[in-house]
Amino acid sequence: MVDAKTLTHLERLEAESIHILREVVSEAEKPVMLYSVGKDSAVMLHLARKAFYPSPPPFPLLHVDTTWKFQEMYKLRDRMAQESGMELLVYQNQEAKDRGINPFDHGALHTDMWKTEGLKQALNLYGFDAAFGGARRDEEKSRAKERIFSFRTASHGWDPKNQRPELWNLYNARKAKGESIRIFPISNWTELDIWQYIHLNDIPIVPLYFSAKRPTVERDGMLLMVDDDRFPLEPGEVPVERSIRFRTLGCYPLTGAVESEAATLPEVIQEMLLTTTSERQGRAIDKDAGGAGMEKKKQEGYF
Amino acid sequence: MSDIITNDSVYQTDSLIAEDIDAYLDVHQHKTMLRFITCGSVDDGKSTLIGRLLYDSKMIFEDQLAALEADSKRVGTQGQEIDFALLVDGLAAEREQGITIDVAYRFFATEKRKFIVADTPGHEQYTRNMVTGASTADLAVILIDARKGILTQTRRHSYLAHLIGIRNIVLAVNKMDLVGYDQAIFDKIVADYTEFAASIGIAAFTPMPISGFKGDNITGPSENTPWYTGPALIEHLETVEVNSAVDADKPFRMPVQWVNRPNLDFRGFSGLIATGTVKPGDAIRVLPSGKTSTISRIVTMDGDLDQAVAGQSVTLCFEDEIDCSRGDVIALADNPPQAADQFEATIVWMADEEMLPSRSYWLKIGTQMVTATIQQPKYQVNVNTMEHLAAKTLDLNAIGVANLSTDKQIVFEAYAQNRTLGGFILIDKISNATVAAGMLHFSLRRAQNVHWQATDVSRDFHAGLKNQKPAVLWFTGLSGAGKSTIANLVEKKLARMNRHTFLLDGDNVRHGLNKDLGFTDADRVENIRRVGEVAKLMTDAGLIVITAFISPFRSERDMVRQMMQPGEFIEVHIDTPLADAEARDVKGLYKKARSGQLKNFTGIDSPYEAPLDPEIRVDTVAMSAEEAADAIVARLIP
Repeated sequence: MVDAKTLTHLERLEAESIHILREVVSEAEKPVMLYSVGKDSAVMLHLARKAFYPSPPPFPLLHVDTTWKFQEMYKLRDRMAQESGMELLVYQNQEAKDRGINPFDHGALHTDMWKTEGLKQALNLYGFDAAFGGARRDEEKSRAKERIFSFRTASHGWDPKNQRPELWNLYNARKAKGESIRIFPISNWTELDIWQYIHLNDIPIVPLYFSAKRPTVERDGMLLMVDDDRFPLEPGEVPVERSIRFRTLGCYPLTGAVESEAATLPEVIQEMLLTTTSERQGRAIDKDAGGAGMEKKKQEGYF
Repeated sequence: MSDIITNDSVYQTDSLIAEDIDAYLDVHQHKTMLRFITCGSVDDGKSTLIGRLLYDSKMIFEDQLAALEADSKRVGTQGQEIDFALLVDGLAAEREQGITIDVAYRFFATEKRKFIVADTPGHEQYTRNMVTGASTADLAVILIDARKGILTQTRRHSYLAHLIGIRNIVLAVNKMDLVGYDQAIFDKIVADYTEFAASIGIAAFTPMPISGFKGDNITGPSENTPWYTGPALIEHLETVEVNSAVDADKPFRMPVQWVNRPNLDFRGFSGLIATGTVKPGDAIRVLPSGKTSTISRIVTMDGDLDQAVAGQSVTLCFEDEIDCSRGDVIALADNPPQAADQFEATIVWMADEEMLPSRSYWLKIGTQMVTATIQQPKYQVNVNTMEHLAAKTLDLNAIGVANLSTDKQIVFEAYAQNRTLGGFILIDKISNATVAAGMLHFSLRRAQNVHWQATDVSRDFHAGLKNQKPAVLWFTGLSGAGKSTIANLVEKKLARMNRHTFLLDGDNVRHGLNKDLGFTDADRVENIRRVGEVAKLMTDAGLIVITAFISPFRSERDMVRQMMQPGEFIEVHIDTPLADAEARDVKGLYKKARSGQLKNFTGIDSPYEAPLDPEIRVDTVAMSAEEAADAIVARLIP
């Protein structure tokens, strides 16, 4: 039933995302792409390169760094910025740095200061009025209702009850001074779509998504990787080499690994399809504040 | 849980994933996509149906299921059973109130297709949400509670789905388990709906008896409804035609989003193809300017394409350097859309603040952004009864028909033909809120009458009737060079060859069309401009136009060249040295000019700028008028 005129779902998703990226570049004054180095960011960056080819994407990449990302993420980040010909801006919240905020001692405050506050500070510092993010609607319930163009007040707050209607593919990018838009070009992609697209387009991703022997310790039921010597081992605790990989990547002390033998992309996809726990389950962030964790975070300005 | 009927075969088969992941990925890679909307309220079991679709397609993971089971016991409405609705009602405020406020998008897939479901609330106060969800849908599932039959909201939802142009409508008579799977009840509802559907213009719909809660006729035929022989819901969703496939068969149109200009050697026009297909070599027209060119390349990062279709985002390059920027529409040269500035439209008002006739709003249509003012509505539609009511304005969720005007012409098509060029949003200029959505019906006659594109019989059709290619043979040269003589001979020769021609002679035109003009430089320019416009109209009519004017200035001849289609302007330089022309002096004008009786005479006290690179140059010293005419005809008709 697929003839030359019927596009596949991936072709339609790609076309929609490219259309969104181009609309923002045409209508916003100073756009930026938030680049987290994860698989969703990898797809978003690839789509941006396609959207503006043969020009490089006409906006910089912004990495809101917590200093606690995996080493492999920093490596890929720098490589991809170079390959895409885009400027890479790295922002670290100075206050969080000065106060030594870290995921081991400060829990939720770590995410709040490095990520939520760091992001707001970076956007204010550079005066970006539009920021692309790699969030997907299938990730989390409150995201299922968020617009592709999501408006933020001058203080970066989100009001779920006051969202603009979004009809057809007509996006209203107009805003008052100081207000900004977060744009989610891959809103309609699912986790499987992301993986399939990476597979089909041979998009570079962080090797941590593939299984390998890595030093780990078990904490509160989560397998954590000892990525550098900042990891405070308990007395007598010795990292164990396990065959692990990650389904999602963030700060290494907050990101749970899964034991796996999936070392290739098809094997990763296979494992994802046969697995019975959702992607965000490895992340501590959704579990705060009961069922409405993410919704509350977004209202406060989390991406 | 035990009596839930599922049929896993339509979904991703675990065995294939486990045994041959590459084969599975190949299948997934070739899936198509269908976007649909579910219309109904919580009472109709809408959220339950969507939850069921997600659950059956294994889009729910164990951790979500565990949370769902816990939530079902805490706030669910189904006792100890799993309340699928809780999967779908996302926002905290909604869970507390037990209603779906916004539009939520859900995803699931079967072996054949990926689906995006727009889940929208059913109550009248959420009409705008439903219209929003429906705007991108290929299909609408109208849910009816089998115990209640057709309700006011069924009519409203059907009207809205039809209004937004959804061609595929599924009438899902839900909760059949609660009426004992009684065929008579189903048949009665279908009969009632058939009558109603016809009354609002819905030509066809697909009725099916289902139970979202129990799973009847969702993934496969239910044993409980042996009398029903139609498709199960999923089966139907997997096979209906999607909009993009229909759009591909329409004439080519692509609104330009962005001009891609990385360096001086590359100039591409990026956009999402709204309708039709495009190939290198296709003749295109840029609207509203009307300039034409040919597609040279379809550029993507994965390599140039041989063809692109509706729904694809591409970058197009032209053979010629013609003006084209964001907001323009690239279209098939032979069959372009029109431009106009006054329209009749249906408007759905989406803001708390009511519509203000005569206030200016931003209007965004495709990639065009203009200022628009709306007149007082002709009528408002009662969305429950479809009655037309008098209205002075439109308030939140009101739907009406009104005329509107824009501050400049926009390229458009009727919404029924083209969602991209017919659907628009209105934006408040102060708050920047999206206050309305609209659908253009047609442009008003008075705008259409002044627009050059407003003809159905195209220039190519005119030319085809005459079996010739239109052209302008633009003779230029000094007074007395022999332009009129040779032009006259050329026309006679063409007429003998059954070519349809018209000779515009400089002297003759000055007796009528241009009798108000003198011989100052400004008047000479206007003289040529008018002749150029007349010649252009004649080429639109399919004629071969021959003009004989001194036309001394290069810039005016180039201006006329720009008015014409590429290749249709043929500059013929009748090259006679001034001394020879003056020696002939057929009309005695040189003598008058030399004596000062005639001012601004070309070659004497007004310059003649000879063509630098004419298509044809005739040396009248070297050849006779006959020979010159033969040479010109041979050049035109090889």
